[in-house]
Amino acid sequence: MPNSKSAYSFSNKKEKFDTHIIVVWVDNEAGVLARVVGLFSGRGYNIESLAVAQVDEKLKISRITIVTTGTPQVVNQIKLQLRKLVPVHKVADFKREDKAVIFKEMALFKIVGPNNKLERALKACKKYNPVLLDKTKKSNVIQITALRREIDKMSKDLKKFGLVSVSRTGAVAMTRGADIFK
Amino acid sequence: MSKLYSGAEIVFKCMEDQNVDHIFGYPGGAVLPIYDELQNFKSIKHVLVRHEQGAGHAAEGYARSSGKPGVILVTSGPGATNVVTALTDAYMDSIPLVCISGQVPTHLIGTDAFQECDTTGITRPCTKHNWLVKDINDLASTIHKAFEVATTGRPGPVLVDIPKDIQFQKTKYKKPKKEKKLNGKSHNHFNQNSIDQLIDLMSKSSKPIFYTGGGVINSGPRASELLRELVYATGFPITSTLQGLGSFPGDDNQFLGMLGMHGTYEANNAMHDCDLMINIGARFDDRITGKIDEFSPNSKKVHIDIDPSSINKNVKVDLAIVGDVKTVLSFTLKSLKQKKSKFLKSNKQKTSKWWEKIQKWRSVRSLDYIGSEETIKPQYAIERLYELTKDKDSYITTEVGQHQMWAAQHYKFNKPNRWMTSGGLGTMGYGLPAAVGVQVAHPKKLVIDIAGEASVLMTIQEMSTAVQYNLPIKIFILNNQYMGMVRQWQELLHDKNYSESYTAALPDFVKLAEAYNCVGIRAKTPEELDDKIIEMLNTDRPVIFDCMVDKVENCFPMIPSGKPHNQMILGPKDQENKKITGKGKSLV
Repeated sequence: MPNSKSAYSFSNKKEKFDTHIIVVWVDNEAGVLARVVGLFSGRGYNIESLAVAQVDEKLKISRITIVTTGTPQVVNQIKLQLRKLVPVHKVADFKREDKAVIFKEMALFKIVGPNNKLERALKACKKYNPVLLDKTKKSNVIQITALRREIDKMSKDLKKFGLVSVSRTGAVAMTRGADIFK
Repeated sequence: MSKLYSGAEIVFKCMEDQNVDHIFGYPGGAVLPIYDELQNFKSIKHVLVRHEQGAGHAAEGYARSSGKPGVILVTSGPGATNVVTALTDAYMDSIPLVCISGQVPTHLIGTDAFQECDTTGITRPCTKHNWLVKDINDLASTIHKAFEVATTGRPGPVLVDIPKDIQFQKTKYKKPKKEKKLNGKSHNHFNQNSIDQLIDLMSKSSKPIFYTGGGVINSGPRASELLRELVYATGFPITSTLQGLGSFPGDDNQFLGMLGMHGTYEANNAMHDCDLMINIGARFDDRITGKIDEFSPNSKKVHIDIDPSSINKNVKVDLAIVGDVKTVLSFTLKSLKQKKSKFLKSNKQKTSKWWEKIQKWRSVRSLDYIGSEETIKPQYAIERLYELTKDKDSYITTEVGQHQMWAAQHYKFNKPNRWMTSGGLGTMGYGLPAAVGVQVAHPKKLVIDIAGEASVLMTIQEMSTAVQYNLPIKIFILNNQYMGMVRQWQELLHDKNYSESYTAALPDFVKLAEAYNCVGIRAKTPEELDDKIIEMLNTDRPVIFDCMVDKVENCFPMIPSGKPHNQMILGPKDQENKKITGKGKSLV
């Protein structure tokens, strides 16, 4: 999105866009996702993918993971604007290249075809921890977890084996090692 | 067992505990239970407006002039949608508002019920936060929280949507929780080190300038006092944004006038050429910066702001101090006194050349205009209004357009909270209801809405409110029969194609005043202007003053779109040389 309105003051400069993974801890209350998503659309920020679910039942905290792109100024604004929202507890920001953070997405593939193709499809997924969730004579449902670009590639590669349907999640993230983000 | 209160009672009990004395509102089906309880709470006075937008702007005027949050009460559906403009206006200009809206009963929500709308959905992007109260047990804590959110940090509007069935249900009342004593630190995220850096920058600078904004006003009257102290202690020049006017005396020699698109020549050139810019509570708005790439190219920039997201949003700064203006200023003054007690003396030499340069810019006299003996020049009208009211501690509101800029240029403010104008959103129709709110907060003071005839017609119905509550507001209309600012831009940028900017069928404002049962006065010549203004000031009733001014006067000086600070158009003559061309035309 080169014409991001939020940073119209910089828009005539060609600046490098980075991909960032923003993790937001919020109170799981009515409308909270709309607040976060509305902030992105209202200020012209980009959302590449989104994953959200409650992670603490007792405290009713949800964790929202958003993959976004923007110039350093825009990404900085995203963080600062998110922190102003009342139900937001904390905001973490990771670069996609960050080695200290694990990013994963999940995908479900439905393959329909003769047995040999089903097998070859499963084999092709081998690198990405495939799980066979459903099997009939004519079809397979395979689950894989991988990076975004890997899933992109598999979605393309599996076509020749009879891929008929893809369902995938947004990315979720977790830091490596014993430390947690405070 | 403690007493049970209905939701409607709880609304007022909360207001009592939040020291609310006036609310601005309009009844309707979904708030009838609340209106039913109004009579039982004598300390809370209700001001009945004529349109919910008027309630919103009145609450803004009340809040801006008193420092207290403005409170609005409206019904569901159209009541709530009508108030959206005012909420957005308050959001842009950081005005604390608490809006209570009725909603259809919970079991009807989502069924497209009569006068139902998704109020929290509609107002989400124009409030700091909003709530739909679905459980009576949450009502009191939600309203208390609403007041806290509206008034702390960077102030702003909030909305609490209360379904009708919740207003009838009963529960125990919860008092507001005692504020946690945080020693005022919660919004201050700076340390002594940044203050030391600021003082270091200040002592090294030979071309400094203070650039101050609405944040100084929002920080309270003490912030303005401290600002004055700091400016006098340093001897630096100071300029102010539209919203910051009044935090520093407008007639002081160190004050360069307003900056920005219609700011003075000296303020804008000083901003462009300075080597140190100290931004206090302003936000590098596009009307201030002009062309951003060429904005003050050679300066170190310091930004003091309570809102971290304002820092580096439009302009990258060298030193950011996140905190409440008055706290930051008091730390700065303390350190300055300790470390550089003779700052002013040592600095005078250093900045003397800078002041000489400023004097040169000043001598251009950029606010001058060509006078006339036949027609009233709008600038002249404001000058006379100022001269005749300057000893009265008057409160000025405005609408939006040329008259607003002329008021900002020619009316000099010496105190904070005396100047109420719609800056960020630029809402025509703001000034009249805002004046109503100001007069409610300050019943004995002189309140004038400097208006344009086009703007004032957008909320003229609030004259009826002013008459009902004996609010002697003065509506001073600079009547040029055009949407003046639109006409000016069409002249300068659209080849004089005056498309739809002329109002052919204006009402007779004097007769209109009489119809509202207030006083109408008309001035047609410069000769009679003073007498008519005095007549207005001596009238202890609401007045509509129809000041017939030059129809085609333009507001100068002006930074044309797409140009930096040092390329201002000064006046009719200068304009020919600096035509706005190419890219500048497409900018707004």
